[in-house]
Amino acid sequence: MKKMIQHGLAIVDSPYDEDGKKRTLVNKLLLGLTPSQYLLQAFRNPFNWILAAIFAIGIPILIGRFFFGLAWATSGSNDYPWGLFLGFGLFAMVPLSSSGFQLGTACEIFGRHDLEPIERLALLNGLLGYFFAVMYLLADLGQPWRLPYPMVVSFGPAAVLFLVAWHVATYLSVQVAEVSTAFFEWIGFPAGKRGVRKITLGLTVSGIILSTLHQGALGALFTYAPGKVHPLWYSSSFQWLHFFVSSLPGGLCMVITVSTIAAKTMAWRGDTRFHEKLDKVTVSLAKGACMGIATYITIKLIAIAHDNKWAYLDSGWGQWFMFEIIVGFMLPLTLMTYGVHTRKMAIVRLGAFMTVFGVVLNRVNTAMITFNWKLPHREIPPWREVIISLTIFATYIVVYRFILYRLPILFKWRRQEQEETVPEAVPVPALGRREASSVPVASYSSMTKLD
Amino acid sequence: MKRRNFLKACLIGGTTIALGKTNKGWASGSFEGYPEAMGVLVDTTRCIGCRSCEAACNKEQKLPEPDTSFDDPSVFEHERRPTSKAYTVVNRYQKEQPSGPVYRKVQCNHCNEPACLTSCFVNAYTKTQEGAVIYNSKVCVGCRNCMIACPFNVPGYDYDSATNPIVKKCILCYDTRLKYGKPPACVEICPQEALTFGHRADLIKLAHERIRATPERYVDHVYGEKEVGGTSWLYLAPVGFDKLGFDTTLSNDPIISNVKDFLGMVPMVLSIWPALFSGIHLLCKHEEQDGHGHDTDSNQEDTKP
Repeated sequence: MKKMIQHGLAIVDSPYDEDGKKRTLVNKLLLGLTPSQYLLQAFRNPFNWILAAIFAIGIPILIGRFFFGLAWATSGSNDYPWGLFLGFGLFAMVPLSSSGFQLGTACEIFGRHDLEPIERLALLNGLLGYFFAVMYLLADLGQPWRLPYPMVVSFGPAAVLFLVAWHVATYLSVQVAEVSTAFFEWIGFPAGKRGVRKITLGLTVSGIILSTLHQGALGALFTYAPGKVHPLWYSSSFQWLHFFVSSLPGGLCMVITVSTIAAKTMAWRGDTRFHEKLDKVTVSLAKGACMGIATYITIKLIAIAHDNKWAYLDSGWGQWFMFEIIVGFMLPLTLMTYGVHTRKMAIVRLGAFMTVFGVVLNRVNTAMITFNWKLPHREIPPWREVIISLTIFATYIVVYRFILYRLPILFKWRRQEQEETVPEAVPVPALGRREASSVPVASYSSMTKLD
Repeated sequence: MKRRNFLKACLIGGTTIALGKTNKGWASGSFEGYPEAMGVLVDTTRCIGCRSCEAACNKEQKLPEPDTSFDDPSVFEHERRPTSKAYTVVNRYQKEQPSGPVYRKVQCNHCNEPACLTSCFVNAYTKTQEGAVIYNSKVCVGCRNCMIACPFNVPGYDYDSATNPIVKKCILCYDTRLKYGKPPACVEICPQEALTFGHRADLIKLAHERIRATPERYVDHVYGEKEVGGTSWLYLAPVGFDKLGFDTTLSNDPIISNVKDFLGMVPMVLSIWPALFSGIHLLCKHEEQDGHGHDTDSNQEDTKP
């Protein structure tokens, strides 16, 4: 894309092309390129070749899993019922997707409108993370076609998993609604956008409630298995807090990570506002993440003290635990604090990457590695399970990129608002109107007033 | 706007979420099982490892042929666990002891407050009046949370089946025998009378009676009387239960007690969060109106319809 833009290609960021004609859907889908140009740029991208290789191998295996059963594809055994699909796909993807509700809260509830350049990215990150966590779940369920059963057929309301199922399902629809404003702008359906903006605050508050509960609930799932998860990763009183609190820096750092990657690999797609504000916004996010990590480390220590589990630290498991805490949380906390103070963005971002790693490692440790720690053998995922996990993750990246390329997430959709939603009666000077309308295109700020 | 819309949205959001879980409060009483529950007392000092219980179970439950025959003692070389093809297995322990090996039968213990049941989000498990924990394969989604939750590592899963994989475990021969007041197949066939079928309450008395009568024969503990809130299967042993592969670290509280902290927190979040965050929101707005706001654009925006 970079080359084509250098050759004078106009980037699609408004409903009209450079001649002032309305863009067609195909034109928007192809990013304003002709089909041959589009294919050319797709072929030229080496990352696409890697993806193609993953899909070529992975998709047949993924299909095979549904024909030959779980035993064919996974290490799923009677002692280790949950493997990579849930350990990585569900338990790690969900905390990394807590960004949606956090940035929603910051912008809509706390009125931090300076974070708006990143709000949509955070919302999208939340939506896609949850959606693909569900995809991993579908690959893992014995009878995936019965996924709606807890909603419509048979209720087990006293179970934590029931809570998770309902909350993830309702929260997914909340997130679809939150992200849909960008989609409505893109397809040119301002009425839909206005409708969603009316309920933004309600959506945001339900987002906080649902997130708190099910991020915690994922941790609470393990309180069904006291003694199975290693005591250093288990705490019946604090498990839900551990999961909830660590999801906060996890989600924020995931947004830093994704925005860093997006700013590097698709710089053309972000508008000047995004690129100019990115460092400042990253610092804000990193500050929030630091508070989260500090809290997390504290309650982790309190949990160890509460059950007096210090002796476990002096063992092989203890070393592994210290590795997770130090490399995944303490070191990034130090790095980000230092980076924020000295405004060294590379260090802040490194810290964010490490936090993402730390959160993923924590979830994989709890769900897989330290699970059934008393049993003599550990389960190593077989290659088919690894490839299926990789394939679903690659799909996640492709969908993520597909949306970032097209929808106004990293840039503002121009002109449409002023043409279609501002009534003539409002006495705003033409120039001011253009500016004024361009801001809330990417924000719901007007809806947050309780006047 | 918008206060009214906002409150409305909160209310709708809150009730939608609250609708799903009403049972939480009632889950907190202490439940000690049905008074008429049946059970089985396993006297490991009497078991000779003949595995006829395994064979009887296999026949009664119409399970597939085992890999090695039920007469083959080589299976004792490794510790086994119940699977989807064998609802009960007999393991051998203490083989190097001069007093001879001890055999232990493993199957679902039919807890009074089963973790599988309380962890199941589609209510696939039922604890019957007769004490059996049975399973409804028609609604099982296959999440295998029950296998995570079972403190005895009992449920086995049909990993090989692509179309209808289900959880398989001992159901105390509920459909074919227990319902009609008959003992399970394994109990009926046991040649050593190592297994005794009866009311759970009577079995506990019987077990303590046996310990009292011959204290040198048993350790003074009935496994399953109190573990995880009590189980329908009870065990007597000549040596420490930890030497026979039993988990002796289990608490006497049912597994669900571990989860109650969280379950109690749920209604708190549902009720407190909307008020808390709308309050914070109002506070933040006030500041902006006093001229400390950082986004004048959005104030201007507000005049729009």
